[in-house]
Amino acid sequence: MAKQLIRVKVNGRDIERAVEPRLLLVHFLREELDLTGTHIGCETSHCGACTVDLDGRSVKSCTVLAVQCDGAEVATVEGLAQGGVLHAVQEGFYQEHGLQCGFCTPGMLMRAYRLLQENPDPTEEEVRAGMSGNLCRCTGYQNIVKAVLYAAAKLREAHKAEEKIAA
Amino acid sequence: MNAPIDRAAALAGIGQPRLRKEDARFVQGKGRYVDDIKLPGMVHMDIVRSPLAHARIKRIDKSAALAVPGVIAVLTAEDLKPLKLHWMPTLAGDVQAVLADGKVHFQMQEVAVVIAEDRYSAADGVEAVAVEYEELPVLVDALKALEPDAPVLREDLAGKTEGAHGRRLHPNHIFTWEAGDQAAADAAFEAAPVRVEEALFYPRVHPCPLETCGCVAAFDPVRGELTTYMTSQAPHVVRTVVSMLSGLPESKVRIVSPDIGGGFGNKVGVYPGYVCAIVASIVLGRPVKWIEDRIENLSSTAFARDYHMKGELAATADGRITGLRVHVVADHGAFDAMASPSKYPAGLFHVCSGAYDIPAAYARVDGVYTNKAPGGVAYRCSFRVTEAVYLIERLIDVLAQKLNIDKAEIRMRNFIRKEQFPYRSAFGLEYDSGDYAAALRKVLDAVVYPALRAEQAAKRADPASPSLMGIGLTTFTEVVGAGPTTSCDILGVGMFDSCEIRVHPTGSAIARMGTISQGQGHQTTYAQIVATELGIPSEEVQVEEGDTSTAPYGLGTYGSRSTPVGGAAVAMAARKIHAKAKKIAAHLLEVSEADLEWELDRFKVRGDPGRSKTMKDIAWAAYHEPPPGLEPGLEAVHYYDPPNFTFPFGAYLCVVDITKATGEVQVRRFYALDDCGTRINPMIIEGQIHGGLTEGFAVAMGQKLDFDAQGNILGNTLLDYFLPTAVETPRWETDYTVTPSPHHPLGAKGVAESPHVGSIPCFSSAVADAFAHLGVTHLEMPHTAYRVWQTCRELKLAA
Ligand code: FES
Ligand code: FES
Repeated sequence: MAKQLIRVKVNGRDIERAVEPRLLLVHFLREELDLTGTHIGCETSHCGACTVDLDGRSVKSCTVLAVQCDGAEVATVEGLAQGGVLHAVQEGFYQEHGLQCGFCTPGMLMRAYRLLQENPDPTEEEVRAGMSGNLCRCTGYQNIVKAVLYAAAKLREAHKAEEKIAA
Repeated sequence: MNAPIDRAAALAGIGQPRLRKEDARFVQGKGRYVDDIKLPGMVHMDIVRSPLAHARIKRIDKSAALAVPGVIAVLTAEDLKPLKLHWMPTLAGDVQAVLADGKVHFQMQEVAVVIAEDRYSAADGVEAVAVEYEELPVLVDALKALEPDAPVLREDLAGKTEGAHGRRLHPNHIFTWEAGDQAAADAAFEAAPVRVEEALFYPRVHPCPLETCGCVAAFDPVRGELTTYMTSQAPHVVRTVVSMLSGLPESKVRIVSPDIGGGFGNKVGVYPGYVCAIVASIVLGRPVKWIEDRIENLSSTAFARDYHMKGELAATADGRITGLRVHVVADHGAFDAMASPSKYPAGLFHVCSGAYDIPAAYARVDGVYTNKAPGGVAYRCSFRVTEAVYLIERLIDVLAQKLNIDKAEIRMRNFIRKEQFPYRSAFGLEYDSGDYAAALRKVLDAVVYPALRAEQAAKRADPASPSLMGIGLTTFTEVVGAGPTTSCDILGVGMFDSCEIRVHPTGSAIARMGTISQGQGHQTTYAQIVATELGIPSEEVQVEEGDTSTAPYGLGTYGSRSTPVGGAAVAMAARKIHAKAKKIAAHLLEVSEADLEWELDRFKVRGDPGRSKTMKDIAWAAYHEPPPGLEPGLEAVHYYDPPNFTFPFGAYLCVVDITKATGEVQVRRFYALDDCGTRINPMIIEGQIHGGLTEGFAVAMGQKLDFDAQGNILGNTLLDYFLPTAVETPRWETDYTVTPSPHHPLGAKGVAESPHVGSIPCFSSAVADAFAHLGVTHLEMPHTAYRVWQTCRELKLAA
């Protein structure tokens, strides 16, 4: 199959690749770029294990073609920690025991990351609804919800501190 | 010297809610699951599967597939025949087709495999393989399997009247298994003033871990060595099986279970895909990756349950149970590939007398073949214990209702009392310890049970109420930690488990285990056991498992074995080291061993608190200046053969509100009290309980693998197969009591499965209870809104 050239920014890095038009984004990330943090649980857009950030929205990368991402920005779990410091959502999952087998975790983290930008101060209900595109078979969600709320509080605090410094 | 209290905190040993060591890699996307493994020259395998449930294969045409760009090979049963690998033994003493040999026995059965340069061309190749079938009559209903004119499935077994578990009564019959005393049970029923009976169907469900099954098989033709990375809950057993099948010496076979994305029983068996990938790698001399997709996972790898049960209780007029009789027709699918200790074809189903002191009991299970996928695994439970607990918990509710005795009260009347332990059940199991009445009382107090019943009575009295209220209750015991090698083996290998601990010269340690975590947090909890036993901070204890070339032989992780068996092995290995350390300390301190006492992380000279040697000092000395006559080094291995099973138990209560107009069931409250004996890491225990309850909720409220009359599987995607999201999942309230196991070195019993086992009948109990005042005794799972609404309609509660 004729390949097509795409340019994508992945976790801040510019990538240029020739890909088959049918190549899924999730396979592009995992197999072409060796970013195996993004997982595949169903390939039918139900489980959310493959959730990544695409131009500021959560998408299920098993249901997006790599060629659709030409010119776009993609963020994956590997891009969350900055300068060796865990992102608040990562810390939240660790502190609140929000993971067990860890297979759903990258998708959960990426969804939580986006959710907290959409709604920085969510209620428990809003977290549950906002995370409902991501399935977990191990945790029963209770600690995932806590983890997201932990991260929300932490991000709000950091934000306040930043504003103080700016003012 | 720091105060003991600070030192204890620094150790982070047993009882501490220690954060998980494994999380750092998982939250950064650095886990290493099987599909993350990429080897040089690796090719991909995909599987051609049968669209029909029962058919003869007339012809397989590979030519178009071989012409697909990227396709390297197509293998069918004919290609495996010369290697005698077209059939393989199952863990249950049956055989299973690796690739369909002349006929297919269930929809989605493996017919051929395509190996190609990448996964896309492999999938193209699968599309291009042409298979011609001739349809045969299909057997879907297990209750019809033994009818004289039922279609015969297993022609390969023609004439075999003896199976692995005794006589076969019909070509579709696998085994009959009996437990208890039939004559005594019959006598109890004759004499009983009260009897109840109920037919209960436990539907076929699937463990559905979020990661599907898969492997990467890499045969090195030069060294003659086979390494296979595999999502396996039992890598050592798999190595033994692979060695037997392939003829390669076991020493040249290495199975590695990398990080596993959940198992729940689905990843115990050996699947055709693994065998084909291994054969393909040997034939091609290249690494072969096979990863199943979700549809394949739900349709062809091990299911659970599918038990058609009929249970009866005999009782006195005041509700004391005097007898239990059970008959089960067990649908095992097309091949008997149930994973269970080999002497127990119905697993530990004989725990079905539950937490109750029942003097006479008899159970019989008949296993049958049907045109469905093989399996019958322990989905987040010990072997067939979920079925057993469901049976007795539903029956005791039915009895309570018949006698108009409160559900809590009837349980109190029948409990095995605390002072009766160790207790030998009518089925011959020896329950190690328990205090069932205390557990139930604690739950009833916590939820203010009388107030709930009063609220329910008021609601029932008001016909205008738009909703019904139901209160569910279960008080259950599990039987886990298989098991004593005198009675438990898999393929002849006793079900011990093992641990090897090595303390390094500078005082840190590594523990290698025969078990394998699939999310249970072994790296964290086993280290805590070492910390407490040896006084080495758990942070400095590395735990390794899953690689058969480095780990000691173990039977793996399922049936809540890890803490009861693996955890005990850790403690015992550590104690061997402790004993040697004491000798070294005595030498260093120039006192006799009798003069030493242990405190957290050091030996102190009795009466001379200033003189002591820490484990760190001792470790150095073990390598630097071992006492004369003592081997240098500080390590030990222990193979733990448990003297008995352990019996974790619990008391659960659930309150549901059911909307009459829609049949929707809202779980208002779920209160779960678990007693797993000694608690190693309370945080992890709580997490395991949340997870088990959620899987129980899924089973009770929505999971079912259904088939039509042609054997087409209805609903094998996540669109149809119910996995609850954060929105449907109830909030869980947890509680505990601690009744240590008297025979386990740490007193621990295992926990991860109780919440699954105990919650399912609790949901059913609550849903049935909502309709109890209308004469309903039992409603079949799953309690979906549609099915509950149908009940509402039948009872004229809904339009
Ligand atoms: S793999 Fe993409 S949603 Fe499941
Ligand atoms: S932690 Fe295992 S699926 Fe979520």
